[in-house]
Amino acid sequence: MHVPDGFIDAPTSVATGVVAAAAVAASLRGARRELDERTAPLAGLVAAFIFAVQMLNFPVAAGTSGHLLGGALAAILVGPYTGVLCVSVVLLMQGILFADGGLTALGVNITCMGIVTVVVAYALFRGLVKVLPRTRRSVTAASFVAALVSVPASALAFTALYAVGGTTDVSIGKVATAMVGVHILIGIGEAAITALTVGAVIAVRPDLVHGARDLRQRLKLLVNGELVDAPADEPTAAPVAARSPRKVWAAGLVASLVLAGFVSFYASASPDGLEKVAADNGIDKKVEEHAAADSPLADYGVKDITDARLSGGLAGVIGVGVTMVAGTGVFWAVRRRRTAEGADASDVSPASTSA
Amino acid sequence: MGAGHAHKLYRHGHSPVHALPPHTKLAAVFAFVVVVVSTPREAMWAFGLYAVLLALVAYAARVPAGFLLKRLLIEVPFVAFAVLMPFVAEGERVEVLGMSLSVSGLWGAWNVLAKGTLGVAASVLLASTTELRELLLGLQRLKLPPLLVQIASFMIRYGDVITDEMRRMRIARESRGFEASGVRHWSVLAKTAGALFIRSYERGERVHLAMVSRGYAGSMPVIDEVTASRAQWSYALALPGTALVVCLLGWSL
Amino acid sequence: MTFSLEVSGLAFAYPDGHQALFGVDFSVARGERVALLGPNGAGKTTLVLHLNGILTGGTGTVKVAGLPVGKQHMAEIRRRVGIVFQDPDDQLFMPTVREDVAFGPAAAGLKGPELEERVDRALDRVGMAEFKNRPPHHLSFGQRRRVAVATVLAMEPEILVLDEPSSNLDPASRRELADILRSLDVTVLMVTHDLPYALELCPRSLILSEGVIAADGRTGELLADDDLMRAHRLELPFGFDPRSVMGVPPREPSEAGSSVGEGA
Repeated sequence: MHVPDGFIDAPTSVATGVVAAAAVAASLRGARRELDERTAPLAGLVAAFIFAVQMLNFPVAAGTSGHLLGGALAAILVGPYTGVLCVSVVLLMQGILFADGGLTALGVNITCMGIVTVVVAYALFRGLVKVLPRTRRSVTAASFVAALVSVPASALAFTALYAVGGTTDVSIGKVATAMVGVHILIGIGEAAITALTVGAVIAVRPDLVHGARDLRQRLKLLVNGELVDAPADEPTAAPVAARSPRKVWAAGLVASLVLAGFVSFYASASPDGLEKVAADNGIDKKVEEHAAADSPLADYGVKDITDARLSGGLAGVIGVGVTMVAGTGVFWAVRRRRTAEGADASDVSPASTSA
Repeated sequence: MGAGHAHKLYRHGHSPVHALPPHTKLAAVFAFVVVVVSTPREAMWAFGLYAVLLALVAYAARVPAGFLLKRLLIEVPFVAFAVLMPFVAEGERVEVLGMSLSVSGLWGAWNVLAKGTLGVAASVLLASTTELRELLLGLQRLKLPPLLVQIASFMIRYGDVITDEMRRMRIARESRGFEASGVRHWSVLAKTAGALFIRSYERGERVHLAMVSRGYAGSMPVIDEVTASRAQWSYALALPGTALVVCLLGWSL
Repeated sequence: MTFSLEVSGLAFAYPDGHQALFGVDFSVARGERVALLGPNGAGKTTLVLHLNGILTGGTGTVKVAGLPVGKQHMAEIRRRVGIVFQDPDDQLFMPTVREDVAFGPAAAGLKGPELEERVDRALDRVGMAEFKNRPPHHLSFGQRRRVAVATVLAMEPEILVLDEPSSNLDPASRRELADILRSLDVTVLMVTHDLPYALELCPRSLILSEGVIAADGRTGELLADDDLMRAHRLELPFGFDPRSVMGVPPREPSEAGSSVGEGA
């Protein structure tokens, strides 16, 4: 759903570009606080990861497949600032190198897919992790919800921009219904994949999941036959507290609830229209997904148009199927996770620099 | 795969367009697209002229038409979207071939198609005449925050390495008889994604160590800088300059 | 005798409590080529990361050409100790070979023609001058390893530290790298479990086992000591007999100087 040139009028594009630039600038500062001099290599590698993982096909049914958008995943794994940077850089490079997303729409794309997705996902995730019991299962569940809401939230942000600077007078209600409807479906897939991926990381390297760092157990060391607390980590590894964390969480939760309410309002307002537009717009979704066939960068430019035929009525079917499987899938994965807990103590990388 | 260059759109060549400094090209393309987007959609002839301008650039850059057109396919999803517009938009309607279409929807579809296509074509021309490394230098020269350019450059450098790791993991899965065929296999694929993240992150840490070992202390040393002469700038800006004239005519006519 | 590297009483535990070094003592004289042998998990990489101050916080001292490794001289230490990491993809992080080789000297403040000259010289020494403007991922693995060596040589280090230099190299690349290393006139500390390579290149070897130096002597003699080798999980490749190679005189007899005294 990279927005091309001409979708949003010039003044709105420019204004959104300014917003995006400001947010990226703030994230640069924030990321430096979190990672200091490690920012460039780590954020670069994570951006490369997001770029790569968008090519990983998750088969749905009947030859269709979906892939990860990665905003929520980035937010949870590396934190909001670095997350915004990674997604923004991916979008920038896609725009410049592959003409994917218009250059004037770069601000719109970064705002919707980078900033809104990451911020909503992270706020919701942190809020839920605070509220839920301190277990890994909660982290996975929180990831699911965060990713689920982040995708339609991004669609709503786009709708809002469209309301201000859209170039066609389609009724905003219709745009919102179509966008949100489709993106709830996409969001379910995104949520399942994000939750499973976060679960997979947390099973092996819980310390790398930024959003759940404070859930880590204090290490116990065996010294002369006695268990003692490990010394605290070096400052670089410690999560950087937001200035008023509680306020942020509260605000995030409220915002998410409002969004969710808004979403369900529109979704229920015209269920028939929703299905139709969802199916029609499914074309768009499908073609994009299939373009990311397995040879990563190689065939980026060539879209697999023949698959557009398939997509017609499938979006609805996919939605229903994914909903059911996602629910059971998350539950199942979380249960399995518990058996794998505490697996890896020896796998410590020597990288916690103190230099 | 083995593409290596991570940049399929680039076409090696020695045209005058290839030779322009990257930041002038970036600035020119960006300005051009802004002008195109600002043009009133009613001035249909203006978009025709823009297309002619791009065709001239493509000719100067010796980018064959077939190559350019094939790359335009990236726009297909939005064609689908644009086709919908006349059906769903509000307002006055006209009968075309027995279908009732919205006039403003038709204008909207035309607007998105014309501007979107020109935008993609301009970007494709930029990408096909500018090497990756040059693009990064150009961004750096255009005063993009250095940290952002560094992140982009690490992403480019390791994009292939990581997609290659992902490919090897897929081969490993398939060699053990695993073929993801449906939603029930998502958890296995997600484990791949998780493992890929861990590998990427750890590689990031190792790269950082390698950098620190060679004296990195937070800022990249400037090794290359691109510069452009006044002539090169005026050559590059001829494109958006002409386009601006067309745009102004479009508004006044 | 002047020492390039002096390590004494070095002990270190990771933040998770895993202790990797338990008091390491050794020194390397200027111009020597020394192999650091040890099984997986012996603490080799941990030790290497102490040499240029990436890991600190344990006990003991490391001195590079007399300069103690510590916060106050970190820039100078990192210039003096050139570490070639195991995976050249980690080491070659810049978009082109030239920029990668230039990274270290440029970070140290070199500019313009001086920088270019330094880059050319380093690439020349590893025979990679013609690949100057290529992106690293276009090179073969062996070529990438050679460029990785060049990136470090460009900093004109006091001591070159190589982590598993022969890993993943085909026999030809392996020999080419050996020729390059032999042609360099710098102190070399080579961390490896490729025992024939150690024997070929390094007159002297250290065995690091369970976080301490378990043996220090002439490479040939250490490798020929079956009990010692077995005790430290070091195994020679099938059919390889160090005694048959030992008859060959060392290629640069002068460099064996520091390890004399042990039954030479």
